[in-house]
Amino acid sequence: MKTLAADSVQKTEQGRVVNDFSIQVATVNGSGSQSSNNVLMRTIFQMGIPVSGKNLFPSNIAGLPTWFTIRVNKDGYIARKRETNILVAMNPQTAFEDVKALTPGAICISPVELKLNDVRSDVKHYQVPFTELAAKATETLKLRKLLTNMIYVGVVAELLNLDDNEIEKAVTGQFPGKPKVVPLNVNAIKIGREWTRENLKKDDPYFIERMNETAGKIIIDGNEAAALGSLFAGVTVVAWYPITPSSSLCENLIDYLYEYRVDADGKNTFAVVQAEDELAAVGMALGAGWAGARSMTSTSGPGISLMAEFVGFGYFTEIPTVIFDVQRVGPSTGMPTRTSQADLLSTYMLSHGDTKHIILLPGSVAECYSFAGEAFDLAERFQTPVFVLTDLDLGMNNWMSDPFEYPTKALDRGKVLNAEQLEKAGEFARYKDVDGDGICYRTLPGTDHVLAPYFVRGSGHTEKATYTEKPEDYQNLMDRLERKFQTSRKFVPKPEIHSEPNSKVGIIAFGSTHFAIYESRDQLKAANVPTSYYRLRALPFTEELRKFVESQDRVYVVEQNRDAQLRDLITLELPDLATKLHSVRHYTGLPIDAQFVTDEILKQEKK
Amino acid sequence: MVQSPSNPAQSTNRIGLTLADYKGAPSTLCDGCGHDAITAQIIKAFYELGIAPHQVAKLSGIGCSSKTPAYFLNRAHGFNSVHGRMPSVATGANMANKDLLLIGVSGDGDTASIGLGQFCHLVRRNLPMIYIIENNGVYGLTKGQFSATADMGSKSKVGKLNEYTPIDLCGLAIELGCGFVGRSFAGDPKQLMALLKAAASHKGTAVLDVVSPCVTFNNHEGSTKSYKYAKEMETPLHELGFIPFYEQITVDYEPGSVQDVELHDGSHLRLKKLDKGYDPRNRELAITTMLKANEEKQFLTGLMFIDEKKPDFVSMSDLVDAPLATLPQERTRPGKEVLSKIMAELM
Ligand SMILES: Cc1ncc(C[n+]2csc(CCOP(=O)(O)OP(=O)(O)O)c2C)c(N)n1
Ligand code: SF4
Ligand SMILES: [Mg+2]
Repeated sequence: MKTLAADSVQKTEQGRVVNDFSIQVATVNGSGSQSSNNVLMRTIFQMGIPVSGKNLFPSNIAGLPTWFTIRVNKDGYIARKRETNILVAMNPQTAFEDVKALTPGAICISPVELKLNDVRSDVKHYQVPFTELAAKATETLKLRKLLTNMIYVGVVAELLNLDDNEIEKAVTGQFPGKPKVVPLNVNAIKIGREWTRENLKKDDPYFIERMNETAGKIIIDGNEAAALGSLFAGVTVVAWYPITPSSSLCENLIDYLYEYRVDADGKNTFAVVQAEDELAAVGMALGAGWAGARSMTSTSGPGISLMAEFVGFGYFTEIPTVIFDVQRVGPSTGMPTRTSQADLLSTYMLSHGDTKHIILLPGSVAECYSFAGEAFDLAERFQTPVFVLTDLDLGMNNWMSDPFEYPTKALDRGKVLNAEQLEKAGEFARYKDVDGDGICYRTLPGTDHVLAPYFVRGSGHTEKATYTEKPEDYQNLMDRLERKFQTSRKFVPKPEIHSEPNSKVGIIAFGSTHFAIYESRDQLKAANVPTSYYRLRALPFTEELRKFVESQDRVYVVEQNRDAQLRDLITLELPDLATKLHSVRHYTGLPIDAQFVTDEILKQEKK
Repeated sequence: MVQSPSNPAQSTNRIGLTLADYKGAPSTLCDGCGHDAITAQIIKAFYELGIAPHQVAKLSGIGCSSKTPAYFLNRAHGFNSVHGRMPSVATGANMANKDLLLIGVSGDGDTASIGLGQFCHLVRRNLPMIYIIENNGVYGLTKGQFSATADMGSKSKVGKLNEYTPIDLCGLAIELGCGFVGRSFAGDPKQLMALLKAAASHKGTAVLDVVSPCVTFNNHEGSTKSYKYAKEMETPLHELGFIPFYEQITVDYEPGSVQDVELHDGSHLRLKKLDKGYDPRNRELAITTMLKANEEKQFLTGLMFIDEKKPDFVSMSDLVDAPLATLPQERTRPGKEVLSKIMAELM
């Protein structure tokens, strides 16, 4: 079959833009466009080209504007891209603004009745009679709206030269177990495609051409990845309270638990409670951690605030649990469907009194998976609440990744004494630093030995867990907790350092900022600013930090919050090197993009 | 079972432990505090029932009342949590280890104010535990402020009048569908003992609202939570007798004069009706009787309501037999083939 796109390849050999652009679909939420957008993204992915998919959505159920952006990039850059090259303008509410925001030379696919061609003359317009075509696709009025979405898939497919077989495969994957739905959708795509071939003349430079860059890769969002990490970490108790953008973490986990963690006799090897609030959720997680389960909860900023008192309790009484914080924009309700890295400081020192916590900072979906497992081990090793800090961009958007690896390490359940060990030891003091690493031994409720019981209390306690208000007892306890925290520096994930020989400029970043940095470093290099890059993967800092900052003249700490929270933490850690630290901050609620980082650094470098 | 040897000359219970084995650290509460009287009954009840202390976990919130788990069952693990949040900790502990017998002690401030939400949800989930509210109508530990259970018109130590409607925790528990609701008085050890034992045999949340006078801040003239008032006004609904599962039932009562409730573990609670003919299985009657008693300032005690058939949180959770906390890696980490399958689906 000769396609329209293939036809024009011959015509415009020059100035072709292949596998390097971004597509934005503007719709209203609740219109069912998600399936169509996934089909588009998956088709391109199946054709071997690196993609990422981002859903920019309102905090609303139906009727408000939503945008889905697919970035296609042959070099594997998958951060947000500021410019849109291909717009599918389906939402009358925003169409005018959407078109105005396009870069010159972009293309705009829109319903003919929106009459968008007058808005911009430097944009290539393709106007499509969607209503008419949808009527051809189905007689059922109810389905027309949904199938309209598939018709734009057909239009884009024809313009970009997408492979029909891959489209069909993507549609089939989109509707598992619904064999009747697949042909209906495939047909709608075909109608859009055929109409385009017969009625439009391709006059733009954008093409998709097969590559081999995605073979064997998966697409997943960070929340599902973290859910899988928890599943394979052998989580047994889950307590949670719904909140965007973290809900899908526990929802995915619950699905997986019911699928893979029910015994042959139909009994569960796990327990899940949707708690009455986050306060109760973390209380349950701590109660379970105390009683010996691998427990967890997941939340976002507002929930973290509610958990504050209990988290300090968990730190002080030394109870393991794992808390996922999928960050969103605050304070308060803030922008619940936008991304942010502004919980770093408050989480690190969550609760009153002297408190500090281990925080893992995954920078990819693969790390959302592996760090989830790591977090459970660390929580039980260090007998303390451990946080995994991700964000909406990482947690809810679609990312390409190598398949996750099956854990090779056995679960680390930490220092727990059973009845036989107690009998052998002949003594037990819950808060005694026997090994000198600050980590004490614990026993679990239910242990059948007279030495086992101890009393957990949030008040001052002695090594034997009895009540105390003695100044030296309290100070000794706080010093031992500090010693334990220092020990954890050797156990948390080390940074990933990308060194550029002879670089004078360093970059430090964490979490989802990574993708923009990855791309920006190439841009900076092209602008004669070669950089070395330190991707922080956990708090507390590890020994590599000092060496890295010392090795560079200037270090840019790039993060997605207003107050330079990471820069401040590094300043506290390395006060003597503070003058080397510079800050790049992005806090619009949109994911940071590479050009922003490049522009900021070049500006501060006075280039 | 590994236990330290106890003096053979002392009398022991059916698992060979002495009363001393059920004691805790010495109390640091004020002399005469109602809470200590309740502690004494808890020690005795667990001793007499022959419950193995290591199978018990003691929990509490914050307050004078919440300190008391340190004063009983030294041989059980204990958890003094944060103010008003003991229910969530208990829920988590139960999820981790359903075989633990949980006993929680709270105060009227801890339960009816800061912890009201968690209390309601605990009851709603029917978490198996004994939940005792040591109700003195004040915040003892913060020195005498009114609590939400203080009766309307009751006076504080400094003479202030409480103008708000009290929260009746028994009424609330019944309304929420609690399957075991009892009210008693720290100064009525016999009744309290029967209720405690029955609560330990109940499968589900057993709420015991026990009036427990605060001698320092709320035992004066004008307090409806004082020893004097409670003693004078206590109106037991029935005489309670408890026959544990391991004892033969010997005495037979005349039919009609006694109501027999068989509890989950095979123990029996015998209610000898006093004049009113109260039926604690009748939820509507329980609610109307309580409303009327509150209006008439009557202090009704006894087993207010029981529904021993209600499914509890554990049975609803459909768990494997072994406590989740004890499951080995082989049972909690799915195999390599599971991950491969999931990865293939995501490709
Ligand atoms: C979050 C928090 N707020 C306030 C307090 C202070 N506080 C300690 S005990 C208490 C009231 C306890 O009253 P109650 O539960 O009735 O116990 P009682 O002392 O009367 O037995 C309060 C308000 C606290 N510990 N934590
Ligand atoms: S203040 Fe009241 S409640 Fe607290 S110990 Fe003293 S008597 Fe008991
Ligand atoms: Mg009180």
